[in-house]
This record gives sequence, C-alpha cells and structure tokens, in this order.
Amino acid sequence: MSITEDEARKVAHLARIAVVDAQLPALARELSGILHFMEQLNEVDVDGIEPMTGVTPMRLKRREDVVTSGGMQDKILSNAPDAREGFFAVPKVVE
Amino acid sequence: MSELNRLTIAEARDALASGDLTSVDLTEACLSAIDAAGALNAFVHHTPQMARQMAEAADRRLRTGEAAPMTGIPVGIKDVFCVKGVPAQAASRILEGFTPEYESTVTRNLWDAGAVMLGKLNQDEFAMGSTNEASCYGRVVNPWKGADGQELTPGGSSGGSAAAVAADLCLAATGTDTGGSIRQPAAFTGTVGLRPTYGRVSRWGVIAYASSLDQAGPMTKTVRDAAIMLGAMASVDPQDSTSADFPVPDYEALLTGDIRGKKIGIPREYRIEGMPDDIASLWQMGADMLRDAGAEIVDISLPHTKYALPAYYVIAPAEASSNLARYDGVRYGRRARLGQGDGIVEMYEKTRAEGFGPEVQRRIMIGTYVLSAGFYDAYYNRARKVRALIKRDFDNAYADGVDAILAPTTPSAAFPLGAMDNADPVQMYLQDVFTVTLNLAGLPGISVPVGQDRQGLPLGLQLIGRPFEEGDLMNQAMVLERAAGFVAKPERWW
Repeated sequence: MSITEDEARKVAHLARIAVVDAQLPALARELSGILHFMEQLNEVDVDGIEPMTGVTPMRLKRREDVVTSGGMQDKILSNAPDAREGFFAVPKVVE
Repeated sequence: MSELNRLTIAEARDALASGDLTSVDLTEACLSAIDAAGALNAFVHHTPQMARQMAEAADRRLRTGEAAPMTGIPVGIKDVFCVKGVPAQAASRILEGFTPEYESTVTRNLWDAGAVMLGKLNQDEFAMGSTNEASCYGRVVNPWKGADGQELTPGGSSGGSAAAVAADLCLAATGTDTGGSIRQPAAFTGTVGLRPTYGRVSRWGVIAYASSLDQAGPMTKTVRDAAIMLGAMASVDPQDSTSADFPVPDYEALLTGDIRGKKIGIPREYRIEGMPDDIASLWQMGADMLRDAGAEIVDISLPHTKYALPAYYVIAPAEASSNLARYDGVRYGRRARLGQGDGIVEMYEKTRAEGFGPEVQRRIMIGTYVLSAGFYDAYYNRARKVRALIKRDFDNAYADGVDAILAPTTPSAAFPLGAMDNADPVQMYLQDVFTVTLNLAGLPGISVPVGQDRQGLPLGLQLIGRPFEEGDLMNQAMVLERAAGFVAKPERWW
C-alpha cells in the first residue's frame, strides 16, 4: 500500500506537524517505504488470536479514589512558555 | 589508587567501606575525566556542584556505617530521566528549557541509596534511534575507533550512557530500552547492559516513548555491577500502575557462578542471512563457553521472530504518537514564534515541526497513520496479534524447560558515524533485529562483551531470561563474562 501526497498531508495534519508542500512527495515516499516493510505482517495467520495489550499477567492496579496531591499551581506553571495570572496562555481560540 | 574513575562499582564499594577511598575523591576523578572528554559529547548537562554535595553526604553516611551498596558511587543519568532541578530534554529541542519539578522513581531510588549524580547523558531524541546521531545536542562519538581511525557510533538510543561507561567517565549509568536501546550500545562499546523485565523498574518520571515497551536498566562495566545497580533502581512503585508487585531480591547474592544443569536455548531463527562470520563464530563460542560451564545447550525454535521488527515498528510508533501528543507548546518546553493571525492549530503545528527532529516526526506520523480510522485493524490490531504470537513463542520455549536463550546482540560491530545518513529508515530499523523480540514479550535481556572483531571492535552476546528471573539471568551472564575474559579497553584519544 502506498501513501499519496494528499494522504501524507492528512497524516501530518492529524499529527499536528506543519509540513510544507514541497516536502510532501518525500514524506509520502518515506511513509510508503515503512508501511511496505510492515506488510510482512499479512503473512502471519492471526485467526483467533487476541490482540495483546500488556505483557504483565496482572490486572492494572487501582488506587483509592482520593485526592493525594495538589496545591502546586506555581510548580505546574513554572515550565510553561506563556503563563499569566495562574493560567496557561494560548492564542485566541474563539472569536 | 590511580585513576579512580576506572573502578567498578563493586571495587569502589569495597574500598569505600574499608575507608581506603572517599566518595569525594572518586567523584572528583570522574568530574575530571568528564571535563577531559568533551570530544565524546556524552555528558550534556553537568552537575558538578550537586555531585560534590552528594559525595560529601555519602562520605558522612559511610562513616556512620549505614551505607547501602551504591552509597558514594558516581553515576551518569540518561537525559530521559527527570531529576528535580536539572534540565531534562530527552535530547529534543521541543523540551528546551524544561526543568522538572519532580524526581523519577529510578533516580529517587539511586539517590536514596547514596549514589552521586554527575550529570545528564546524551541519547537519541526521545530514545528513538540506533546511532545516537538524532540528538539536539549533536552526536555521541564511540570511545572505540576502527582500524582506520574513523569515528564510530556508540549505538543508540542510550549512546551517551554507553560511551560514558566505556570511557570511564562514570562508574555506571542509567539507560532505557524500548527496542534494544540499552543492549545495542552496550555491545558497541564493550560494556554490560541489562534490560529488566517489563514492570521491574518504575517508569514514573521517565519521559515516555512507547509505554508498553519502555523499561529502564543499568549500564555498567561488569555483570556484578549490573546486579548491584539493578537492586538499587528496581522497586515496587504505586506511581507506576504497571510496576510489578514482587519484592526486589538481593541480585548480587544470586551470582553463584554455578550454572550446571541450566538449559540454554539457541534459537535457529536468529541465524539470519548475511550474518557476518565474526558474529556467527562469536555466538558458537558463547554456546561452547556455557556448555563448558555445565549448561545444556539445546536448539530451539521461535517461529515468529521474523515478524518482530515490523510488529515493533507499528506498535512503538503508535504509542509514541499518543505519548508525544503532550508536546504542544502549552505546558512546557518550546513554543514556536507565531505569525500575525496564527491561531492555536498553527501554534501546535509550527511548534511540533520545529521542535521534533526528522526521525521523531516520522514515527509520530507512522503511528498516527496506523491508528487512524480505516487502518487501525489492518496495522495496529494485526501487529498486536503478532505480538501475542511472539510472546507465545517464548512462553513455549520456557515451558519446555529452557532457562535462558543465547543470541547475538547486534548484526554487526559499531559502524562509522554518518553511515546511515543516506539509508532508508528501514535500514536503520534492522539494527534492532535481535533485540526487539524480547521487548515485545516483556522479557529481561542482558548484553555481555564476549569478543572482538577483526578490527578489534567489541562484540556482544545477549542472554534472554525468564520473566522476573534477572538474578538467574545475570548469574548465567557472569559465567559467560568470566569465560570470555573480555578486558580490552578503548585506547584513549579524546
């Protein structure tokens, strides 16, 4: 299966990575090459096999549904590229 | 004692305990070695002040007689681990300026044991790569050089860790292994690298690549050191929901040197076409060594081996695309400079385009594609089914009484930097052909230096163990290490 330039554009947008049009043919070619490599998987008989999610034979741990942490707004905001008045700041989302 | 930085953990621990050595002296020796090794580009964030304070504290603790095995031992930390107050970027521009406000469980455990932090180590960006050339800090150079003096890759992604240990800049280092990122660089640098069973070491505070495959482990000069360091790194951690609820044994006590009666499997599917003679004869030599030590060598079959690599390169990018969605220029790290009228989508797209390197972008996009509507079943679900079959291959071998599996770590010795520059991405992925299988199955594996190729470059063999039997695995590895008697060190040129 190979990827068209349009599909490459769509994947890049879904991944929220800006790709200029001039780079799309190379990207489509690269992605196609990798997908082609993955197509070997079609040779395997997987009938009746459950897809594996985790390797440890145990139930994912649960913890008590209680507040265990918090009250550290300044720490959480300390690494933000733009924080104002106790919030993360982003470009205007709604007109 | 001259050149204290060349000591192993076990040697230093004994000298510290007897009072023949102080952690301050040992730490100073490492700091000087680091300062003189800029050409390797292994250490990327230096923390000498922290190191000296921790060394002084360790010496005080040693005097009270309440020391742990890692007390006073200077170590390097792969950049992917969060250490409070020290930059952590996973070698990515997108995390520029990020200084964690919290501590990873692994480093917390090491500091609690009294280990000394020397600094952060270079790696491939987000641990994606096999050459340590995909780093915002620039490539790492292998301390070993080829016969013609060419600069070689130390392997990746834990290339900085491997180079630092091989060049005696630290006594040991932490690494992470998602598809071979501890074992392959260990093999390329003549050092020991252990990837523990999935769930043995907490992932809390380790910047995620592929969460169902990531596992941290020790990178050391000897197998004994790996046993000591794993004991300090491993824990049962409520902050990692996949952390296994088994107590951490005294791994060093399990190193008896006796492997009589152990059954070691030789998987026929690993005899790939085009395997260099050096690697094939090393493998045979390793099997002979274990047999001479009293183990029984048996041929086994892991029929789905061939499909491990394509399955890995579906599953790992799928998980990466989801994990790396958090780098959006809002909460931490870098945000792109925006143009007039740019909205939030442009902010995401520009930030991620300039923040992620080409290999990371490629994997995010492949992951996005295989998870997208219409392809989820054909790629992602199929890969997860193949993964179940790969794990079943190992389960069957172990059910037949095999104790461990012996295989080469890598398809070649270290190769020149730049050799993969014009290669197809798939060419680089082939580096992981012997290592990814056990990540998919969640098993422990260790690479041990066993020989040298015609150029004099180190070659490693890996042993793959039963889940949570790291003690047994390291015991077998120690027998192999002793029999191989690998003592070569890179000639110092840096």
